[in-house]
Amino acid sequence: MATTVTTSTEGKVWGGGNEPMGASYGKMMMWFFIVSDALTFSGFLAAYGFSRFKFIETWPVADEVFSHFPFMHGVNAPMYYVALMTFILIFSSVTMVLAVDAGHQMNKKKVTLYMFLTIIGGFIFLGSQAWEWKNFIKGEYGAVETHGGALLQFVDKSGKRVALADFASTTPEERVQHKRSNGLWFTDEGALPSFSVKQVVDGFKANENILIRSEKIDPATKHKIVLSREESLALIENSKYVVEGANLHRNEYGNKLFADFFFFITGFHGFHVFSGVVINIVIFFNVLLGTYERRGSYEMVEKVGLYWHFVDLVWVFVFTFFYLV
Amino acid sequence: MAHESHESNVGRIWKVFGILSVITIVEVILGIVKPHGLHFTNLFGMNLLNWIFIILTIWKAYYIMWAFMHLEGEKSSFRWTIVAPLAFLIVYLVAILLIEGDYIFEVFKNSTIKWNF
Repeated sequence: MATTVTTSTEGKVWGGGNEPMGASYGKMMMWFFIVSDALTFSGFLAAYGFSRFKFIETWPVADEVFSHFPFMHGVNAPMYYVALMTFILIFSSVTMVLAVDAGHQMNKKKVTLYMFLTIIGGFIFLGSQAWEWKNFIKGEYGAVETHGGALLQFVDKSGKRVALADFASTTPEERVQHKRSNGLWFTDEGALPSFSVKQVVDGFKANENILIRSEKIDPATKHKIVLSREESLALIENSKYVVEGANLHRNEYGNKLFADFFFFITGFHGFHVFSGVVINIVIFFNVLLGTYERRGSYEMVEKVGLYWHFVDLVWVFVFTFFYLV
Repeated sequence: MAHESHESNVGRIWKVFGILSVITIVEVILGIVKPHGLHFTNLFGMNLLNWIFIILTIWKAYYIMWAFMHLEGEKSSFRWTIVAPLAFLIVYLVAILLIEGDYIFEVFKNSTIKWNF
């Protein structure tokens, strides 16, 4: 690099024309950073696989969880949205590699344009992910957790999911959220769910055609097992919590670890996208200011490009292991 | 720098974009249709559909790394420095964790210990 001054006599490695393995210092170190970061992500995904194999009979089915699409309320659209997010990220990878290509030809105008499009793509992806998180946290149907930690979801006779609001009794109840200001000053509790356990249980007993869907997957159909009315009535007595949406403690989709992994892995990836966008913006302004024009090389664009493609690469794996497999 | 005069790769870039898109579309279609013959046939403890997803994913990763991250233009020593540690360590880690996860599953299933009272 032009800024590196070699004063010693230890040869011209990296300082001059000789580059180990034909890669410049910055590019090689970016690659080695990517290798280590890739191992971090593999660790997360392998841990996800571990937990999934451990609870292989009860793990949530992904296309039941992620079935929303913007402006299509109530329509069951599994996977289309994440597929769209994948396309957004692949496309921003394409604009990035076009920027690198334009950089090789010292075409400042084109580099500027393609870097700009890449940044826009990054923002769209981040927005999509925020929307996905919003739906995941808010939940749709609600569920009940038993004393034993099992999660009970509710379906009608045809197997269609039923939301708690559709059957829970509306008998008024006095139950105030315990805050530091109105109870013990050193402890409090989270926001109360819309229904109490008693309201759900009463409503369940009053509605003959509602059944409990257990977490267990039937190997013959690969769908969750729906219990009979008698089994359901026996099990509902074990209810302990009403679960709506998802947080780090429990979620309405099934195994507690599912939401933890979702938040952690997609969150860590989203953080990478965010840092990628920030770095891209820095480089974008450097391109505008003509820094690389003066330096005589757009190699810096190539280096951030490597990072940006890596973020895309990780998403390809997250997409497969969270949504497809 | 090593390559001063660089011919444009734009054609190749769009071709790779096409390939990646087609693979993604195939994945989504398979994920929605879930062909019965693939979904219920097991190979080494996992159904064929999942194997197809994983192979397609690695195929996509190959195109991203080779074309977009331009590994195809690097020296083969540099390529191996990157790919070999990843391939070895990831396969090793995944194999150990998945075997262990399956073992714990069987302990819960076949012994008197129950997580779900």
